Amino acid sequence: MSEAPLLQVDNLVTHYPVRRSLTGRLAREPRLQVHAVDGVSFSLARGEMLALVGESGCGKTSTAQTILRMVNSTAGTIRLNGTDITRLSQPQMRPLRRKLQMIYQDPYESLDPRFRVQDAVAEPMLVHGIGRSRAERRDLVISALERAGLAPAEQFLERYPHELSGGQRQRVTIAAALVLGPDLLLADEPVSMLDVSVRAGVLSLLDGLRRDGDMGILMITHDLSTAAHFADRIAVMYLGRIVEQGPARDVVRNPQHPYTRALLSVVPHRDPRQRSTPQILQGETPNPVDVPPGCRFHPRCPIAEDRCRREDPVLRPPAAAAAAGHEAACLLA
Amino acid sequence: MSLLEVEDLHVWFDLPQRSHHGGGQVHAAAGVSFALEAGERFGLVGESGCGKTTTILALMGLLPPNASLAGEVRVNGRNILAGGEDSVRAHRWTDIAMVFQGAMNALNPVKKIGWQIAEPMAFHGIAHGAAARRRAGELLEMVGIPAAAGERYPHEFSGGMRQRASIAMALACDPKILLADEPTTALDVMVQAQILDLLTRLSDELGLALVLVTHDLPVVAQVCERAAVMYAGEIVESGPMEELYHSPRHPYTRLLFAATPDLYGEDDVVSIPGTPPRLDRELAGCPFRPRCDSAFAPCMDERPVLLPVGAGHEAACHLTRQPAGEHQ
Repeated sequence: MSEAPLLQVDNLVTHYPVRRSLTGRLAREPRLQVHAVDGVSFSLARGEMLALVGESGCGKTSTAQTILRMVNSTAGTIRLNGTDITRLSQPQMRPLRRKLQMIYQDPYESLDPRFRVQDAVAEPMLVHGIGRSRAERRDLVISALERAGLAPAEQFLERYPHELSGGQRQRVTIAAALVLGPDLLLADEPVSMLDVSVRAGVLSLLDGLRRDGDMGILMITHDLSTAAHFADRIAVMYLGRIVEQGPARDVVRNPQHPYTRALLSVVPHRDPRQRSTPQILQGETPNPVDVPPGCRFHPRCPIAEDRCRREDPVLRPPAAAAAAGHEAACLLA
Repeated sequence: MSLLEVEDLHVWFDLPQRSHHGGGQVHAAAGVSFALEAGERFGLVGESGCGKTTTILALMGLLPPNASLAGEVRVNGRNILAGGEDSVRAHRWTDIAMVFQGAMNALNPVKKIGWQIAEPMAFHGIAHGAAARRRAGELLEMVGIPAAAGERYPHEFSGGMRQRASIAMALACDPKILLADEPTTALDVMVQAQILDLLTRLSDELGLALVLVTHDLPVVAQVCERAAVMYAGEIVESGPMEELYHSPRHPYTRLLFAATPDLYGEDDVVSIPGTPPRLDRELAGCPFRPRCDSAFAPCMDERPVLLPVGAGHEAACHLTRQPAGEHQ
């Protein structure tokens, strides 16, 4: 029997109600819903890094928040190590949260300025009742800091966040996740607030953690170059759906969905000789309150045909993609 | 004579006496020089704290009161710093304009977009009333927004449209030079591409000289012909973008490119160890030496200066003075 994947998400749907004003309610305006996540399915194995990419508002952060059970899903299932966690109550979730840790975008905001490094890293253990004594917790803090690349850890224990650089701060938040021994890390734009010169170091750290630590990492990013470099697989989201997913190399070099192609064409290159003609999509992502019928990308799609306005495509292996696991949700692929 | 000439610009910030720094000064820009022709696009790149924003704020005369400055900024040969910082005011917006970092989030939420674009025209006596409103409409069209949208409020605009509106606002007084500080940093790639396309078009069509300040090397590589790399308040290398990428002469430039992932790049992305030096004390030797992978004896105590290393290409590195083949 094959082992269940670390994370298995099936047909996940998260809708948020739109608040109506008092007059709106009196006038019986229709109840509207934001279709933040609208049928997302993917799986993540141990030791694997999956990048969820897309523009703001495409639902990538809502997907992560739903997986973390910070918001409740409207439909679909989330399985962690084979256990369905979709409907667990918050007390039932609590022991599982150790296994499911989040790294936030901004280490300038996510660390309490009055907590020394040792306290910031020790706090999650107090919450989860790990470590019998102060000394034991101190040892765990030291080993987590060193795994996060802050060595020798003794030099950092007593410091406050303002004494650290952005890269070091982000490493502290990673250490605070590592003390709990997680199986799955969700990293939401983990380097976008950091200086260019240190980004690679933090990304390599995450890369090492999943390789050596047998952890699964779901990285949320809008930066396709970063995703191409560090992730094994890329899933491209548009308006609450994954429109293409597959091995990173194949998605980047042999994109099948017109949205992926457009997105890749506007990524700037380091080499000024590689100035390509960007295929600029006009306008911006439509409002997820009223999702277009048929293929949700058709109003902005350069190759849309008549049936794209009626048929809603599902993810399937496209004709022109050889790689296993490469799928696109396009009627014309 | 170039349209814009910046020569040996220095900016110091006084630190508060009672802070934990105990007074003293930060030398935020240390002898910055560059020149720009009409219609040219120039990038100013580097990590945060390298002095790129300080440099362009000095050009606008918008430094905070604890700043002091030295050097010359010439527009068409006239030194606009000659009468102290106040003399810059005559040139601000009419000769040199700026799109500030986060400008799209700094629009006045209770004023219509068109009014906000027309206001500086009245202030500078360029146009009033109906004429100003008409010109505001033209400016909006120029940045790709229908003129009628001037009747709308900022919250009715998307992020990309607000950034276009702030560019229109900067162009209200018909400047010759546009300084753009991280104009696409908070935007999505698709909107970023639209804004970069707009800036390129404006500099081509209006002959605007564009200074693009960003930490994002690929953005500069796509938009600018020339760029300067700043480190610790100094320009450490400047030259044609192609040369900076294909034959960098300062290790910092090479390492910055190596730290930047590329969509199709096959080589490992490596970060630069260490952090930039503190700028509140005199630096001995090369400021990049502690992080440099090719430092040698002279880097310890001799400060390198910018020297020509090719056509329009300069670098401040002792390695460039060595006969070819002796390093690497």
